[in-house]
Amino acid sequence: MSLAEGLPLVDQLTLVADGFTKPGRGRGLLDAVDNRFLLKLLVNKELRVRYRGSILGMAWSYVKPTVQFFVFYFAVGVFLRMNQSVPNFAVYLFSGIIAINLFNEAFGNATRAIVGNAALVKKIYLPRQLFSLASVWVAIVHFIPQLIVLLIAALFMGWRPGPLNLAAGVLGFAILVTLSVGLGLLFGALNVMMRDSENIVDLVGMVASWASPVLYHWENVRAAVGEGWGWTLYQLNPLTPVVELFHLCFWAPTPGVVTYVQPPGLWMFSLIATVTSVAFLFFGEYVFRRLDGRFAQEL
Amino acid sequence: MEPQSLARVAADPKTRIIVSDIEKHFNIRHTHSLKEYVVSKVLNRREASVDHFTALSGVDLHVSDGEAVALLGLNGSGKSTLLKLIAGVMSPDQGSIGVRGRIAGLIEVGAGFHPDLTGAENIYLNGAILGMTEEQIRERFDDIVAFSEIGEFIQTEVKFYSSGMFLRLAFAVAIHTDPDIFLIDEILAVGDEPFQKKCLQRIRELKASGKALVIVTHDLDMVEQLCDRGVLLRRGEVVHDGAIHEAVARLREGR
Repeated sequence: MSLAEGLPLVDQLTLVADGFTKPGRGRGLLDAVDNRFLLKLLVNKELRVRYRGSILGMAWSYVKPTVQFFVFYFAVGVFLRMNQSVPNFAVYLFSGIIAINLFNEAFGNATRAIVGNAALVKKIYLPRQLFSLASVWVAIVHFIPQLIVLLIAALFMGWRPGPLNLAAGVLGFAILVTLSVGLGLLFGALNVMMRDSENIVDLVGMVASWASPVLYHWENVRAAVGEGWGWTLYQLNPLTPVVELFHLCFWAPTPGVVTYVQPPGLWMFSLIATVTSVAFLFFGEYVFRRLDGRFAQEL
Repeated sequence: MEPQSLARVAADPKTRIIVSDIEKHFNIRHTHSLKEYVVSKVLNRREASVDHFTALSGVDLHVSDGEAVALLGLNGSGKSTLLKLIAGVMSPDQGSIGVRGRIAGLIEVGAGFHPDLTGAENIYLNGAILGMTEEQIRERFDDIVAFSEIGEFIQTEVKFYSSGMFLRLAFAVAIHTDPDIFLIDEILAVGDEPFQKKCLQRIRELKASGKALVIVTHDLDMVEQLCDRGVLLRRGEVVHDGAIHEAVARLREGR
């Protein structure tokens, strides 16, 4: 959008040449990334607010995944006997769970970020992408304790990763964060217009955690759907290669996993997931900027 | 504004704000869920679900350094909307707004405050929201605390503050942001009388030091002392832009 939209060209040039800027029109996401100090303060505020009046405080972010882990371990690992067909099933399961948890929390937080900060959005201009980024950052803060628990468990099992394993983990994490920021911007902006977005996000979260090989092995899927379009579709879900990359990082280099069998085309689908998540980032930012000027009056 | 006069105003290095031929409409949608939206679409009741309302129309305004401009008008005349457009909180439907320099929009004092944070934490958070850097806040921290007269309670959570303490701290942060343009909406009813005097004194100093001020208020006596120029709005249109006494008189008499 030009500075002086609606004015004749001469006037636009006049305003720009004399150093005027249009209020409320920054560089969007780039401005938000630049303002790290405010981002840090917003993250601290968010964490403080979330654990106010709570005795366990941040310890809750250890308790929840631990309970979640045991529930799934007994239900899927013991009762459905997955730990007989997948060696070190506990590590396998948990490396998938932390990936999905990060995605669900980051995506959900970012979707609620703009509506949740309505008081500020309505009164003061600042790049609103800051709220989305801060909420994804909060999710990453909660991811760290889960990662630590996983690393301890993996080391206990004799985890010896090579450079490729570690690179897979970093790539998986990068895809997850990019995807959550992109989807978070998109649905955060839509949520201002239609509060249904929050429910859609819950649904996406549920589908995501079952449509990627978290609770089962990818071979179960291929055995069931064959190698046709269903299998391709399953792998096109960006979370499928991400979960597999986490398996490659944390589970494959533990003893007992005799030979880790990568799903065919893992790297190609990782590349596709990278492209998908970057595309969502650009699309999310585009929609966010389109709707940004209307946030204050719609809230 | 005519192109020639706009060019002249924009070329003047003292000009801080240019508002040129602004239109702002509100479409008040009554549907905020997908179901309601689909139902109203299906039943073709689009008109029923949206109300149109013109908040501002054909507004021209420019403000220079050292000027204190009061936006006057009855409730619903578009004063606050105009202020929000200048602050960048909303964008106009037509026309353009240009600002030069840093803006502090005090649309509502304490909007960025959080009750669960301490006074000190809120100074940092709100300072950063109003555009200060970490060093600037650290430098001015003691001045802010001194101005607010909060004293030892600065390490207490803000939810335990009295409303007067809360507003004093919020105003103290805002007044220390050192912007080029100050937008003030109905915040001068802050604290007790000595504190109000202090605030007014501070605003006069800002004006004297060459800042551009735009003030929205219903306190006509106060605004007559503080501002020299008044802009009277009626149903979204400027009906007077000139001497403050004339603007106040016209508002009082309904002319």
